[in-house]
Amino acid sequence: MKDCYLGIDIGSISTKGAIIDEYYQVLDSCYLETKGNPINAVKEVLSELKIPDGYHLHGIGTTGSARKLIGLLLGANVIKNEITAHAVATMTYHPEVKTILEIGGQDSKVIQIQNHMIRDYAMNTLCAAGTGAFLSSQAKRLGMDVKDFGALALTSQNPTNIAARCTVFAESDLVHKAQIGYPKEDIVAGLCKSVVLNYLNNVCKGKKLEAPIIFQGGVSKNEGVLKYFKEVLKEDVLVDPNGHLMGAIGVAILSSKNPRKEEYTLNLSDVAFKTQGKECHDCSNRCELLYIYRNQELLDIWGSKCGK
Amino acid sequence: MGSYSVPIYYLLTHILENEIVKPREITSNTIELGSKYSPDFVCTPFKYTLGTMIESVEDGANILLQMGGGCRYGYYHELQEKILKDLGYSCTVLNLVSGGKRISYQELKKYPIKIKKRHFLKSLIITKKMVFYMDKMDDYIRMNRCYESEVGSFDKVRKEMLIAFSKVKGLRDLKKTYRKYKKKMTSLPLQIPEKRIRVGLIGELYTLMEPAANEEIEKLLNSYGFEVKRYTNVTYLLFQKKRKVRKYLKNFFVKYRMGADALDNIYHTKELCEEGYDGIIHIKSSFCTPEIGAMPLIEKVAEEHDVPVLFLSMDMHTSKVGFLTRMEAFCDMLEMRKE
Repeated sequence: MKDCYLGIDIGSISTKGAIIDEYYQVLDSCYLETKGNPINAVKEVLSELKIPDGYHLHGIGTTGSARKLIGLLLGANVIKNEITAHAVATMTYHPEVKTILEIGGQDSKVIQIQNHMIRDYAMNTLCAAGTGAFLSSQAKRLGMDVKDFGALALTSQNPTNIAARCTVFAESDLVHKAQIGYPKEDIVAGLCKSVVLNYLNNVCKGKKLEAPIIFQGGVSKNEGVLKYFKEVLKEDVLVDPNGHLMGAIGVAILSSKNPRKEEYTLNLSDVAFKTQGKECHDCSNRCELLYIYRNQELLDIWGSKCGK
Repeated sequence: MGSYSVPIYYLLTHILENEIVKPREITSNTIELGSKYSPDFVCTPFKYTLGTMIESVEDGANILLQMGGGCRYGYYHELQEKILKDLGYSCTVLNLVSGGKRISYQELKKYPIKIKKRHFLKSLIITKKMVFYMDKMDDYIRMNRCYESEVGSFDKVRKEMLIAFSKVKGLRDLKKTYRKYKKKMTSLPLQIPEKRIRVGLIGELYTLMEPAANEEIEKLLNSYGFEVKRYTNVTYLLFQKKRKVRKYLKNFFVKYRMGADALDNIYHTKELCEEGYDGIIHIKSSFCTPEIGAMPLIEKVAEEHDVPVLFLSMDMHTSKVGFLTRMEAFCDMLEMRKE
């Protein structure tokens, strides 16, 4: 019997699952939309993933914005933030990489690596301009699937300029450009370019991006954005075929390194999880409390400021 | 602001004959009230203080005291007074220190404030000393709370000390109380590991000093096992800043003050780097103009010394998740770098 480890990355837009063996090879993986319901998404991920014969699941790690909730529900042995997870996975597969560009559904970050260590990182601050959420909302406006964006952007000869600073500005720019008759591919290409420029201006802010550079996160699947990254940075930019799974793989690797190992199963379909929000009125803080149940049994209560 | 209400309350009850309303602690209710009646793009200190003002007025206050202003904070009291009047409250907001100048006695006499002339100077000195002791104690707590054997033991002693401070009778009594609690604090058992990670905390003063505005970042860092150093406190701002800024301007590449604490923060970045700190966290409230001006320079200074800086912008968030992700990642990184 060999050991294997599961990593789950529950992001704002998509949920990713990956099973790896002790040599960090991916055995099975899965990519789904979260649709605002992380518990259901994780259940679906678990039902789609299969543990190959001859393997035992010995660790679960969770990452992404719902990592705490899912980690608690699954009894995960590692719960880590996505920045560390991404860096760990990338350093395992691409030890030569010095810069990681990552654009996800709601956040974008740059991680700089030196001597197999994170040297510095930066993340977008307040808003989600120039991330996956921005692209998919613009795709909807243009009546397209966001998956076709990249291919269409590549056909454009001269991309139009679109302000990417803020989604609202970009939208009015986009509507304006469409109304005065710009072809769709030029607008889409302009959008992709604006994502790149926004990212470099707002996240990287004058950091020196040293080659080799790797581009990850859901948006790395978009060839248009990739093309403009290469153009603007004047460097080759790598994309891993598992680039969108890196968070899940990273946390699975961390889970395999954790000495606390238990026997897990993937069978969760008959376990009912329930969460309930309540407001506490004991003081004027009025904390929003979240009660988490597994099969009627109270697991934990979150959100209190006083620790009551 | 933070626990400074203890010395301020002490001072006001001892020098004024007027009744003093103790402001309530900042809770979600305060923040909600404050941001409801504030312009959306104003910085968080405005919203927090306005919330406290509304609560205090409801508790019966009719003169509100505001301090400060190295930046546009200096104009806040006027706008806040206007907002309060529009809301139908009758009250006056007084700014005691504006643009580095203290309000004059003649100015004060215009308002229905009765000052007790006896013991005035004495109370002033006691308060100054009390703030000084508090800041000294807090410096010690920030450096050592991360190694406490029993969780919460430091906070407990600190709380006891503040209660004792609020009841002191004179300067000698204050000194005695301080010595007693200092002894108590330093005798608390510590577990110091081999690898100590030290983090410097810089940024905009209100967000730095008010735990409700920075999600108790010091406690959080301490709970990760990190030592924290913070320059900004009331002792620094009121009694040391003037002298130090003159020194900073003399031997530094920055030749202007840049408003509020911008210059101080850049200089402190350099000091922290030279003292071998592992990381620096810069916090400000969103839209804080002086700090935005200082950020590129802080980044430049830190990069020269290869020290990572985390920039945090605080605003009204109901969810802490984004903040925690950034903090966790930063702390993971510091630990990895140390290995």
